Amino acid sequence: MEIVVLVKQVPDTANVGADAMKEDGTVNRAALKTVFNPDDLNALEMALEIKERYGANVSVITMGPPKAVEILKESLYRGADKVYLLSDPKFAGSDTLATSLILKSAIEAKVKNFDIIMAGRQAIDGDTAQVGPQIAEKLNVPQVTFVTDVEEVKNGKMRLSRLSDEGTEIVECKTPVLLTVEGGVNNPRPPRVKRLLKYVNAMSSFQMNEDWVTDEDVEYLKKRELEIPVISFCDIVVNPEYIGLAGSPTRVKEIHSVVFKSIETKDYPANQDGINNMMKELVSEHIIG
Amino acid sequence: MEKNKYGHVAVFIQQHNSKIEAVSLELLGRATELAKELDTKVSAYLPCEKAGEMTKALFSYGADYVYTIENKELKDFRSLPYTKAVVEAVKKDAPCIVLFGATRTGRDLAPRVASTIRSGLTADCTELKIGSYTDNKAGKTYEKLLYQIRPAFGGNIIATIINPEWHPQMATVREGVMKMREPNTSRKGEVIPINVTFSDVDLAVKIIDKVIKEKKVNLTGANIVVAGGMGVGSKDCFCKINEFAKIINAEVGASRAAVDQGWVSKEHQVGQTGVTVRPKLYIACGISGSVQHKAGMDQALKIIAINSDPEAPIFKFAHVKIVGDLNTVIPMMIEAYKKIDVSKK
Ligand SMILES: Cc1cc2nc3c(=O)[nH]c(=O)nc-3n(C[C@H](O)[C@H](O)[C@H](O)COP(=O)(O)OP(=O)(O)OC[C@H]3O[C@@H](n4cnc5c(N)ncnc54)[C@H](O)[C@@H]3O)c2cc1C
Repeated sequence: MEIVVLVKQVPDTANVGADAMKEDGTVNRAALKTVFNPDDLNALEMALEIKERYGANVSVITMGPPKAVEILKESLYRGADKVYLLSDPKFAGSDTLATSLILKSAIEAKVKNFDIIMAGRQAIDGDTAQVGPQIAEKLNVPQVTFVTDVEEVKNGKMRLSRLSDEGTEIVECKTPVLLTVEGGVNNPRPPRVKRLLKYVNAMSSFQMNEDWVTDEDVEYLKKRELEIPVISFCDIVVNPEYIGLAGSPTRVKEIHSVVFKSIETKDYPANQDGINNMMKELVSEHIIG
Repeated sequence: MEKNKYGHVAVFIQQHNSKIEAVSLELLGRATELAKELDTKVSAYLPCEKAGEMTKALFSYGADYVYTIENKELKDFRSLPYTKAVVEAVKKDAPCIVLFGATRTGRDLAPRVASTIRSGLTADCTELKIGSYTDNKAGKTYEKLLYQIRPAFGGNIIATIINPEWHPQMATVREGVMKMREPNTSRKGEVIPINVTFSDVDLAVKIIDKVIKEKKVNLTGANIVVAGGMGVGSKDCFCKINEFAKIINAEVGASRAAVDQGWVSKEHQVGQTGVTVRPKLYIACGISGSVQHKAGMDQALKIIAINSDPEAPIFKFAHVKIVGDLNTVIPMMIEAYKKIDVSKK
């Protein structure tokens, strides 16, 4: 079975400053601390559990800047079989539609005959949850969103539970299929020491092109399968008009950081008289009572 | 799709067992206002098993045209058949705007539709406006675009997104942020039936079983919300928040911190990653007022904040400030409320 997991390195949105955005309204990723998108870790864990139960080859793909190789290494530590860094300046500024087209083309180029594609429900930087379903549409495969559990995989069919607006559903579908995995549905396994020690020195093709790396180093890395392949624009088949900022239907018109505008506040002392007065006021304004 | 400047403002109607979801009616309310500004009409797209009385209801809430896509395969929501139904309606109607509720259904369906018709989509909007946009590089000005306004980056920023070239302009909109209008049962409109047929491929996903969870918490529709945060201190103390809410006839809300502590279930979470509320009164007890929490409640008509820290950020946007320990203030509020109740009787 071939499983593809799509992951993203995201800014840690708990600590974001005003310099987080560039003039053109896109994200200034360089200025931010980054993390493995939490829901994607749940997707990876679900894939590794399927692998343990049924046997599978788990490939992980991320699209992002060269630095995103970090989460690919983390995926290797946890048990991924193969990882790819999808990275090219031509991809920069892509919105969800353009991104889904690039990812679709990368999947087609690298993983022939996939059975299951898995992604986290949403990424914490944009919270859009759009890329998964858009890739499914572009690959012309069905999608099952908000998946909480894989009950069974058998004879090219999967039985899954998912969240719906009304509650939960058990659904059955044929593979190939794309799943988006609900956040927090499992406990992502920690890195394994053995794998960490093996892959801690893995390098992307970008890094291997740096000046200080010798031919001998390259040979060493390749022999030990420590090269993380980069997929760039020329490795995939995609119409350049439909990617990047220019190929994205949506534009960011403006951004402003959330500032607390002070409003007129009424102060009531925290004693019974004060509270009585406040309550009376609420009643007279027909807000309460 | 080809741009249709005079296209309608369309709303995807989400229904379950022939009951229309509130968010769809809220969107019809906003759609009528947008349509007025654009000098156009409102369409409703209704994929379902049988439209029946639902069309009348949609007219009364503001639809001018109801596109009914009836098929037994559309009884329950499934991505592929619903995508086909909505795409057919979009092709026939050629709208300038299509809106979806940002429910699980809407967030599953809208991106698949957008990808099929190759148009832009903005997720989880909290505000929609009409305005112009000048592309300085291309030296081009666009009039009357849809501003799709939404929080991003964990609520730290508010972004305005537009789709200048690729139409229709599509967005999913949060539940509870738009206002439903008063239904006018004398309003009439036109029903436009659309036929669809499905192939085996469209029906690849089968629903085997369903566990329906009754929505016990009705936060979005509540008039009064009493919300507790980290400052409540313990699960036992959170019971006092529940008690207080019950006495004043309010729903219970919570900050994520309180939910993470396990004091209250996730359905009660208010904010960026919880629900958005717009009650008449929001009483925040022991909540500091993070941007993420604020994103879900600052539309409340009146906000009362009880916090022991006079510098707590929530006091910057609360209308009523009570600096004190919630363990003493809440009993006082109950006391004061009971007095009023008695005097009224
Ligand atoms: C991506 C992302 C999404 C998020 N989404 C949400 C969301 O949807 N909703 C949400 O709420 N948060 C969300 N958060 C978390 C948010 O950043 C805050 O951590 C959270 O809101 C804090 O909750 P709190 O105000 O209850 O706790 P704290 O910030 O710890 O505040 C507790 C307050 O209680 C006061 N207090 C303590 N004791 C007492 C007492 N005895 N009497 C009165 N006051 C007292 C303190 O002075 C303090 O102000 C999100 C964060 C991220 C990164």
